[in-house]
Amino acid sequence: MAEGTHFLPGLSETNQAPVQTSDDAEGFYTLGEKIVDPKAPTGPIGERWTNRKFENRLVNPANRRKLSVIIVGTGLAGGAAAATLGEAGYHVKSFCYQDSPRRAHSIAAQGGINAAKNYKGDGDSTYRLFYDTVKGGDYRSRESNVYRLAEESVNIIDQCVAQGVPFAREYGGLLDNRSFGGVQVSRTFYARGQTGQQLLLGAYQAMERQIAAGTVEAFTRHEMLELIVAEGSDGKPRARGIIARDMVTGAIETHLADAVVLASGGYGNVFYLSTNAMGSNVTAAWRAHRKGAYMANPCYTQIHPTCIPVTGGHQSKLTLMSESLRNDGRIWVPKNVEDCAKDPREIPEEDRDFFLERIYPSFGNLVPRDIASRAAKYMCDEGRGVGPEVDEVQADGTTKKVRRGVYLDLTDAIARMGKHAVEEKYDNLLDMYERITGENPYEVPMRIYPAVHYVMGGLWVDYELQTNITGLFCAGEANFSDHGANRLGASALMQGLADGYFVLPNTIREYLADGPFEKIDEANPAVQEALGSVKDRVERFMSIKGTRSVESYHKELGTVMWEYCGMDRNEEGLKTAIEKIRALREDFWTNVKVLGSAESLNQDLEKAGRVADFLELGELMCIDALNRRESCGGHFRSESQTEDGEALRHDNEFAYVSAWEWGGDSNEGGQPVLHKEDLIYTAIEMKQRSYK
Amino acid sequence: MKLTLKIWRQAGPEAKGAIKTYQLDGVSEDMSFLEMLDLLNEQLVHQDEEPVAFDSDCREGICGMCSLMINGEAHGPEVTTTCQLHMRSFNDGDTITVEPWRSGSFPLIKDLIVDRSAFDRIIQSGGYISANTGSAPEANSVPAPRDKAMRAFNVATCIGCGACVAACPNGSASLFLGAKITHLGELPQGQPERYSRVVDMVGQHDHEGFGGCTNIGECAAACPKEIPLDVISQLNKDLRHALKSGH
Repeated sequence: MAEGTHFLPGLSETNQAPVQTSDDAEGFYTLGEKIVDPKAPTGPIGERWTNRKFENRLVNPANRRKLSVIIVGTGLAGGAAAATLGEAGYHVKSFCYQDSPRRAHSIAAQGGINAAKNYKGDGDSTYRLFYDTVKGGDYRSRESNVYRLAEESVNIIDQCVAQGVPFAREYGGLLDNRSFGGVQVSRTFYARGQTGQQLLLGAYQAMERQIAAGTVEAFTRHEMLELIVAEGSDGKPRARGIIARDMVTGAIETHLADAVVLASGGYGNVFYLSTNAMGSNVTAAWRAHRKGAYMANPCYTQIHPTCIPVTGGHQSKLTLMSESLRNDGRIWVPKNVEDCAKDPREIPEEDRDFFLERIYPSFGNLVPRDIASRAAKYMCDEGRGVGPEVDEVQADGTTKKVRRGVYLDLTDAIARMGKHAVEEKYDNLLDMYERITGENPYEVPMRIYPAVHYVMGGLWVDYELQTNITGLFCAGEANFSDHGANRLGASALMQGLADGYFVLPNTIREYLADGPFEKIDEANPAVQEALGSVKDRVERFMSIKGTRSVESYHKELGTVMWEYCGMDRNEEGLKTAIEKIRALREDFWTNVKVLGSAESLNQDLEKAGRVADFLELGELMCIDALNRRESCGGHFRSESQTEDGEALRHDNEFAYVSAWEWGGDSNEGGQPVLHKEDLIYTAIEMKQRSYK
Repeated sequence: MKLTLKIWRQAGPEAKGAIKTYQLDGVSEDMSFLEMLDLLNEQLVHQDEEPVAFDSDCREGICGMCSLMINGEAHGPEVTTTCQLHMRSFNDGDTITVEPWRSGSFPLIKDLIVDRSAFDRIIQSGGYISANTGSAPEANSVPAPRDKAMRAFNVATCIGCGACVAACPNGSASLFLGAKITHLGELPQGQPERYSRVVDMVGQHDHEGFGGCTNIGECAAACPKEIPLDVISQLNKDLRHALKSGH
């Protein structure tokens, strides 16, 4: 086993519960009760999921069609869950804001999907995938969830191949694998640089098949704007439906069901610029949060090191270049500031600083994403960045011109492998690069810079993927559970599909076995309340009639988040950010301008709702980051680093999940409430990571 | 760059539409075509005019949400999606005409946005392999010849944007259809339903009102993912075989 660890069966605890002694966020939140039972099984780690699947009750096939499930989002998690629950015979209502379920942003994932098949015979196993994932997440994930994920990984590949997903194959016709993201075994299955697209189309086609079969009803161009939590006659509140807006007609609709699943993706667009799709948003999750669902670890953000740099203020999104490029490309900046504006081909080898190879000699260009990202930022902060100069607002309000880019150079790879081999490996990526930048990457070194890519935080769920609101489940990137503080490459697709195909269908049945729940209708006070609040909010957006565009608020929020809650965070910056966000939110609600009508397609109105929620989420992310005075995974607090500038965890203080309860808008005196879930490991020992 | 934009504006499906002309200054050649429209919309909002509605989502050429006829060409002058078209493909002082996809089977919703749900219904009619979750055999138990798997992948890259339909003088969706038939038909897993699939999907295609194919080839020329025209031959071949064998 790697790094001298021996296999641990999961029978005794390897760490003690953390005790927090430092707290920078004092005064910004209230401490609530600890979460004592995340419903995670105990016993030998390899038997937990098998046992749970057996213990969870079955639903008689004849009863299934009487049970309805709403699923919001049609990406890998939502699409797979809709197809699977439909096949099982439940009545599924599926919602997406796009014009077709096939367009969900899972489609843009490039690199691949991990699975512990060990087809290469290179020593992979379920335990090794589990081990790598927990370690990669810097020991901030729930071990039972991660082990289950590793177990299900192999079934995903079987399922996808059966659906006709055209994975890359070897000459003998068997499936090919590659190694990915600094992992030492080859466990990544891929379909050139379009793995997400092919997996999503598999799930989409399976879901469309169920639409034809009548088990799934699809509502496209529909956006969830509120969750309905209704009390039954037993006095127990349950998630029973959603309020959605038909984005074509503007109609506000009520949809009721026995259970609600949110698979609505991540909230990286809180930074304005990210690799997410334009429409990716937090609204579904945030409306649930405001109804009582805990938001967990919101500050855990993954910044991806290899994206195409920003060229100017017009930029609407950032594009990822798969990090597989780091396998063959060498990353460098000029040693001398004077060289930064030069043609890179004219800078001699001895004047180039291959900084990752210099600082991390054993892993070199393959260090984990967060380390590679921060190193690039520091180079540019030093003034050794390359590419066009862009205006940056400084902490004191002045503007400074900075070059935000480092070279990713394929010259050596082309010399070693030949241009043809490089083309075959990366063709669509390099084409895309040329299209966006107008530069030929075979001739001129590519320029890259980190960008927000994925969020590990999300709605808190127990082992069953149920939130703390009974009957509300959450799957895929929208939940927090499996990646800890940092996600490994090719693991997002694995988690989305594991949740959708194999986990949720096996856990939601335990809940649905108690249904169908008593009928409710539009007259129910909970429905009326939800409907009223959506209508009021839409009305409010339309009636402010201010002077600033929705877009301009989003951009400003993004600048604040990136500056103070991005790659490098500290107490002072985070407190500044909270102040700025509060002021911006106040201004938004008095001065935003939404034109047109609410009774028709209105893209500014849609966006206003999303930005309003980002303006609340951003503050919570800063408070979470402030509370966690340690560095772990994608969360780097400059106060917590080793002498060499590496992330330094404090397990004895912070080995917990921060689950935040909505406590009202801070501009109206509200404060979030923090519930901690201690992370206790039994099948792995916590270690400080080192990539030197 | 300074541009003159002639853009189709239509308030709703039943409203009367018209081309409206706008002047736009300050366009950078590094902008994507859609970022140029974002700039126009910021300007319109500032002038209290409702922004132009258009579809886009991933903005990296893979989701298929963006559309637009640009100077009469689907996705404009380059072989790519509108979101990946950059303003360096245009010149200072250009006049650019922007219209929605043209097809009776893609009804207009607003301005430049059309309804492409007919594509989803074509997939519903048979564009899948029936394999319930949990029923799959071990992935490597059925090898797939590499060249066939490669062809399947190449045509499976279709993004469902509808450019093929918009470009076709007949308004045919044969390229879209042929891509899915070929993708699933090249794989061993797709064989059991191969011939019923083609009959059902062609039936739905015609039912949606898409036109027939007369081998003009505009579809393949407009396709941002370069799906080759031979998928239509494959479609016809499979259809012939299916009908002859009584499917």
